[in-house]
Formats: sequence, C-alpha cells, structure tokens
Amino acid sequence: MSTDPNVPTNGGGSIPPVKLTRKDFVSDQEVRWCPGCGDYSILAQIQKVMPELGIKRENTVFVSGIGCSSRFPYYMNTYGFHSIHGRAPAIATGIKASNPELSVWVITGDGDALSIGGNHLIHMIRRNVDINIILFNNRIYGLTKGQYSPTSEFGKKTKSTPYGVIDYPLNPLSIALAAEATFVARSVDTFTSHLQMVVERAMHHKGVSFVEVYQNCNIFNDHAFDMFTERGVRDDAMIELNHGKALVFGKQQNRGIRIRNHDMHLEVVDLGNGISESDLITHDEKAPDSYLAYMLARMEYPDYPVPIGIFRDVNKSTYEDLLADQIKTATELKGPGNLEKLIRSGDTWVIE
Amino acid sequence: MESITILDNTELKHIEEVETVTIRFAGDSGDGMQLTGTQFTNTTAVVGNDISTLPDFPAEIRAPAGSLPGVSGFQLNFSNHDIRTPGDEPNVLVAMNPAALKVNLADLEPGGILITNTDAFNENNLKKAGYQTNPLEDGSLSGYRLFKLPISTLNRAALRDAVKLPPKDIDRCKNFWALGLMYWLYDRPLEPTQRWIQSKFKKPELQTANLTALKAGFAYAEAAEIFTTHYRVRRAAIAPGTYRNITGNEATALGFVAASVLANRPLFYASYPITPASDILHELSIHKNFGVKTFQAEDEIAAMCAAIGAAFTGHLGLTGTSGPGVALKSEAIGLAVMTELPVVVVDVQRGGPSTGLPTKTEQADLLQAMFGRNGECPVAVVAPATPGECFQMAVEAFRIATKHMLPVMYLSDGYLANGAEPWLLPAIDELPRFEVKLATERDGFNPYNRDPRTLARPWAVPGTPELEHRIGGIEKEDITGNVSYDPENHMHMVMTRAEKVARIAYDLPPIEIFGEREGRLLVIGWGSTYGAITSAVEEMQRSGKSVSSIHLRYLNPFQDDLGEILGRFDRVLVPELNMGQLAMLLRARYLVPAISLPKVKGKPFKISELTAKMNEIYED
Repeated sequence: MSTDPNVPTNGGGSIPPVKLTRKDFVSDQEVRWCPGCGDYSILAQIQKVMPELGIKRENTVFVSGIGCSSRFPYYMNTYGFHSIHGRAPAIATGIKASNPELSVWVITGDGDALSIGGNHLIHMIRRNVDINIILFNNRIYGLTKGQYSPTSEFGKKTKSTPYGVIDYPLNPLSIALAAEATFVARSVDTFTSHLQMVVERAMHHKGVSFVEVYQNCNIFNDHAFDMFTERGVRDDAMIELNHGKALVFGKQQNRGIRIRNHDMHLEVVDLGNGISESDLITHDEKAPDSYLAYMLARMEYPDYPVPIGIFRDVNKSTYEDLLADQIKTATELKGPGNLEKLIRSGDTWVIE
Repeated sequence: MESITILDNTELKHIEEVETVTIRFAGDSGDGMQLTGTQFTNTTAVVGNDISTLPDFPAEIRAPAGSLPGVSGFQLNFSNHDIRTPGDEPNVLVAMNPAALKVNLADLEPGGILITNTDAFNENNLKKAGYQTNPLEDGSLSGYRLFKLPISTLNRAALRDAVKLPPKDIDRCKNFWALGLMYWLYDRPLEPTQRWIQSKFKKPELQTANLTALKAGFAYAEAAEIFTTHYRVRRAAIAPGTYRNITGNEATALGFVAASVLANRPLFYASYPITPASDILHELSIHKNFGVKTFQAEDEIAAMCAAIGAAFTGHLGLTGTSGPGVALKSEAIGLAVMTELPVVVVDVQRGGPSTGLPTKTEQADLLQAMFGRNGECPVAVVAPATPGECFQMAVEAFRIATKHMLPVMYLSDGYLANGAEPWLLPAIDELPRFEVKLATERDGFNPYNRDPRTLARPWAVPGTPELEHRIGGIEKEDITGNVSYDPENHMHMVMTRAEKVARIAYDLPPIEIFGEREGRLLVIGWGSTYGAITSAVEEMQRSGKSVSSIHLRYLNPFQDDLGEILGRFDRVLVPELNMGQLAMLLRARYLVPAISLPKVKGKPFKISELTAKMNEIYED
C-alpha cells in the first residue's frame, strides 16, 4: 500500500491515475428517480469526483440495499450489487474482505441502514472495513410511499402515523461514533462542492467512512431540511467544521460554539464582549477519542447550528488488512497449504 | 514412557473373543464423558477395529450436577467386521452417577455389563435422579452384570501420593480412571491416550494426575478380583490403506479446503456460531495457510450475505449453520439464486422447530432446503451419508455450484457432525480437479449470457476491465442483466433458473443399488440414516428376503434413473428422521405410493426398528 497521502489507498493501492471523465462513470441505464429528487445531485457529485480520485472503474463496486437510494449502483458504470433490504454492509464486507484491492461503496438510506440493517451497519463500522458508506437521510420511507423512518421527527404525521410518530428518532452520526467509526462526516445534497469535498475525503480515508447526506424527498417529505439549509438562513443555522479552526459561524462570522465549564454543555455565544475565538472549541477531527465528535453530532436545529463537514478522521488497522496479515503469518509459520498433510493430521494407521 | 504390559496375573482371568461390542459412557455433563468416549474411540480406531460413535449431550453446558437433564452420554460400537451404526443396544453401560443410570438403563441389553461409581450413589444424588431406594442395593438391577466400584475413592487413593493437587482437581481425573478400567476390560493399549494426555496438559502436575488415574484404573481391573474375563475384538478386515478417525464436521471442513485447492479458487467461510455447526468454523479458521478466510459474522443473515459478496469477487463463498440459521438466511439465499452466484450453504440439521433440540439429530430441514424461500426459488441439494463422505460431498457441492453458477444446499446433521468413523484417506491426486474459469473476454460479454449446455452465466468478477456490470435481487432481463418487469421475461427467467438446477442431473452418476436390481421391497434413504438402513437391509437379505436399498446423495435434482428404479419394486419404504419429507417429494414427483417410516426423537434409527417395519411391509 502506498504511504503517499495524496494517493488514494482505499482500494486503489498505488494504481497510477487514469484519465477518466465524469461520463465514464455514467452507465447506460435510464435514471428512475422522481424529478426533483435530491438523489440526482448526490449521483452527479459522486460521478464528478470519481475521475478525480484516479481509481479504475473496474476496481470499483457500489453495493446497495433496498430503497430509493439503493437504485444508485445501476447508474454507475462500475461493478454494482443491488442487494436486499438492509444487507448491503454485510455483502460489501464479504466483497472487501475477500478482495481488498477493490474500492467498495455502500449506498444506503435511513430506513435501510438504521432500521432493517442496523445490526450490519454497526458491525461493519466496528470492524473498520475500508468501505465508504453514503447514507442518504431523507427522514422518510420513499419507495414504500411515505411511512416514517427511524430518523423521522417525533410527532411527525405520515401515512403510517396519522396521529404522529411516537418513536424517538435516531441520530445516524451518534450511531456511527458509538460503533467507533474512524471517519464520520455530514453534507447536504444541494451543497455540491461541499459534498464533493466530503466524498473525496471519505475516499481517501483508509478504514470505514461514514457519510450522512441530508437528502430531500420532494414527494413525501419535501423541504425537510429547508429550515437550516435554505440560502437565506444557512449561515446562521449551520456551521462548517474545519480541522484546526475555531467553531465560528454566522453571516458575520460573529458567533461560535464553546464548552460551558460547569456542566460540559455546548453553548452558542456571540463573539465580542470579552469572548474571542480563543474561547471557542477548536475542531480536532484527529482526536483519538470521539467525545468532541459526539458532542458536535448532537447539535441539532433549532438549538444549535447544524454541523456539516468532517467530524472524525482517525487511523486504525482495517479488518481486511488484519485478515490478510493472519493469512500471511499462518502461511509463513506452517508453509503453504498441503492437502496431503492436511488430511493426515491427527493419528493415522495403516491397514495392510 | 513406561507402558503397562498385560501379564496375566490372570491365570484366573481369561480373554474371550467377541465380534462386536457397544459401550455407552454416561455421567454428569461435567464428568468428561465426551472426552472419555472420544479417547476410547481413537484408541479403538488405531488398533484396527471398525467403529461408529454417537455422542449424546445436553444443550446446557453444565446443568445442575447430578440432575437428569445434565446427563451426557457417548456410545460407541466397535467390531472385527464392517459396521455402520453406533449399535442398537449397549452391551456395557458405564454410569458415573444415579442420574446417568436412570437415563440410560432402559437401553442396556438384558444381562449387559453395568459399571457404576458407587461413591456417587449418595442420598442427595439418588434424590436428584428420583430414586426412592438405592438401585445398587434394592435388587432392581439383578437382570444385569452389576459391578459396584467406588471409582472416586479408588481414584483419590491412587492420586493422593502421586500429585499435590486440590481434591477437586483430583476428582476431575476419575473419568481417566474409568477409561483405564475399560481399556483393560476390552484389551486396548494405553499409549494413544497417554500421548494425548502429554500433549494436552501442559502443567506437569495435571499431566501426571491424569496419566496416573488412567494407569490406576487399568491396574485395578487387572488385579482386583472383580472381573474374571476381559474381551478382545480383533482387527476388522477392512479395505487396505491409511486411515484416520474423523467426525462429519471435520470431514466437511477438510472437504471444503480440498474444494478450494481443486477449484484453484480461494475459500471464504462466513458463519455465525450455532450448534451443531460451529466446529466447521473452528476447523476452517485453523487452515489460513490455505488462504482460507473465515469471517464470524454478526448474525446468520450477514454470514450468508458476506458469502455472496465473496462469491461476487470470485471466491468459493461458503456459509454454515443449522436449521434456525437457514431460516434467517432464506431471503439472502434467494438473492444468490437471482444473481446466479456459486455459494454453498451447509445445514447441519438438528431437532426443530424453532430452537428445538439443539444437540440432537434430525433430518427435518429437507423441505426447508427445497422450498423455504419466497418465489420460485430452486437450489441444488446434496447430502452426505457418512462422516467420511462429508469430505467428498463438500467437494461435490462446489463442483456443482461453480459449474452451474447457483447456490447449493449441503445437508448434514447432528449425528453425522459429531459421529466418528475410521476414514480411508483419499488419494489426493485422484480427486477430481475442477478448474473454474472466470470471464475475461470483453467481446460479446453480457452478465447473463448462457452456457448452452448448463445455462450457467459467466463468472465476471470486479477487477476485470470492461466487464463492469450490475446484478441484484430485482428480476433481470436474460442475457443483458438489465432490470426487467416484462411478463414474458419473468416467466422465462423462472423457468431458466429451474432448468439450470435440472441440468445438474446430466453429470450425476447412476444410483447404486444395494441388493437386487428389482424385487419386493425397495428402501430409500438419504443422509445419516445410511448406516442403519444398509445394516437392516443386509439383515433382511441374509434371511433370504427380496429387499434392496438405495441411498440418495442428490436430493435436487434427483438422479435420472430414480424413477425407473422405483418402478422395479413392489413396495417402497422411506425411513427418515422427519415426518416423511423425502417420501412426500417422491410421491409428488413419481406418483409412487411410497410408505414413510418417520422418527423424530432426536436419535438415529436402530437397526431393529427398521427391520421390524420392513418385515411388516414385506409380509403385508
């Protein structure tokens, strides 16, 4: 594996960059999402980023489960596997563990990843398999036509909850962090250059990468994120995380996030009046523990500005490398497998 | 190493030749009965007897000491001739406590040898076993040759001066004392077990303790004036060659490693721990130097899915489980059918439904293997018949899966998995190589192109330039692999998937008939009932009756000549450890009035149960 940080190690090894364009990653299949769906933008950004990353189409596999987002692999001119509901992480783990040279992506949604597939998601994350997970979070079941999802807001009225949702929602980033994810990020479907940056960073990260993308379902949950993503409110309702930079936001860049000393809560403060940037939290995506990332992940609208960017990016040996190491060690120790020796292991005797 | 020579201090004692002996060791699940049985088995195999075993243990790791549910047993049958079953009735029962006696006595043959540990027959243990009076004293065992031995006391006396260990550790050695006694009684050498003790126990103190207990039991039997006779079972006249003792689970694991070598494709085993299949995971995880990757998944579904993922990248994708696990994997098995990937699913069947009898054997997953999925979803089904045969059927499962590009179910069961037999080692260079071809040719490539003979699609794996394609669970257009909801295409694909399975039969060998090619009664079995059925049919044949048997290793598709064979017999009997699942398939497919002999007691058939039914039908 290359040690050059500029060369993607995620599946690509030290493969020299290939001159491909966005078009090379567009398959011949007609895209069948509803017009206006946020999925189009995510697809476009990933197709745009792929050629920049220098990995080959044939070394790339997109794996998905079931749901609107899970149609994604059909539209990528790479290898693809549109599997069954919730199981993409398990299939992707089999793919990556058996062939670590591949760049493996899981495309999933809030229902697919956090409801039916919750178990697989946390276990793929804890194993640190070098797979990039892009979770399209639209806080609704789209393909089954409008039931609430595990990320739907409490009280929300949907087809299956005419009197309002009485389950408390999950926070996807909290789940990923609790499962010890080594890379955790968030972006928004319409923030095209930010989304590209996040996807690129996820790709470069060696180990599991978990990316939540707020994605608008204009049919069953339209405007789900408008209250903080709309152009007019965005600067005051969102905050962009940048490694080594103070947590400053606001149209005038005059507000920030600091830790309240007496109870360890995050608080929003106005800069000035004795409060300067040095009083604010400095973002550290490389922190070995995930406390800060977890606190940031808990910042929710309207109490806090909603964070986007890289929450966590740390290094840890990957599952597939550890597995390969064990095979290497066993082979050095015992010599390459010999069937004759294998079947003769244990007490044998000869009948004349 | 000092070895004990059998000097017959025994002018008093004589050796009697016997042909076949069945012994059952029974005790508390903490008494080490499985270990005792396994040691006796290995030694007996090494001296050249034919042997067959039946471990029978509770699902609880340690049920309360002395209780009936905590009884663990190990039965073995050994002989100077070819045998195929662990024996109907033990000739000898070793009962380490009252509960073991209570649970097992009914099986002991009338007049059989009963060896008991009198130390364990105290008031407390008698009560736990539900005895009002002590059966050792109340005359109720007068129909047996009862030997009352204070095994715990004798073991303590032997070890007291030999080692400095707490009493608890000393008492733990009493199974080796009992084993030593049995070695004398059946004229077995101590060396194989001595070697095992030396390699197993690293602490010198424990090593000495167990070796001393073993020798003490042997010496006691020889010296004490209790046994007047000991028994010799001569070497069996079995086919020449090199043998080892093997259980079905071991043979299954080794067979899959062999399949990987023979196919020249790496093996990827994904599994979730479940009784009685976990030993396959343990065994395969040792053999990483064959490039075998083992993955302990978070659940059964993930194990199946990871195997599918590995198959997508060109590995031999394998998962193993028992019936409840197959139920969980069903949807993903359907995905493998739809994506036409070569995976093998091992089902080591156990008593069901639900959690059922986790440590007991049953064959009740046949219809689940055949039909337990949504939609029209055929898979190939194979079933080994003996522990040793698990090896070649594992190879066969992957030969079929890779040649025909489809999932194969491999049905073992608890009896095969844990039962052991001497295994004639196969000649490695005579095993069938089946070099698997991955697709590389880009001209005319389509993911669902068809091989004209098998209808298999190409195995095009990620990493191959210009063969990028997408597969998935949604119905695909034939050839192109594009998503298709076209009605004609769906019917065509359903029929194609069925036809792919059917065409496996083209390459299958003809069915071997045990006995005459035609006659009065044909007995059909599958899986682990082979030994009992064959022995029972042999007994019928010896008494001059026109009875033949066939044993099916291929359950889907059936071999081509099956229908014709069925037609050559007046009656057809199908004994199964289920309520008649194969019988149902045979009736449906061939319209024959097959008679079912069901048994679902968590135990294999006895030969006598089978001959009784055969006689009944025969006379009918």
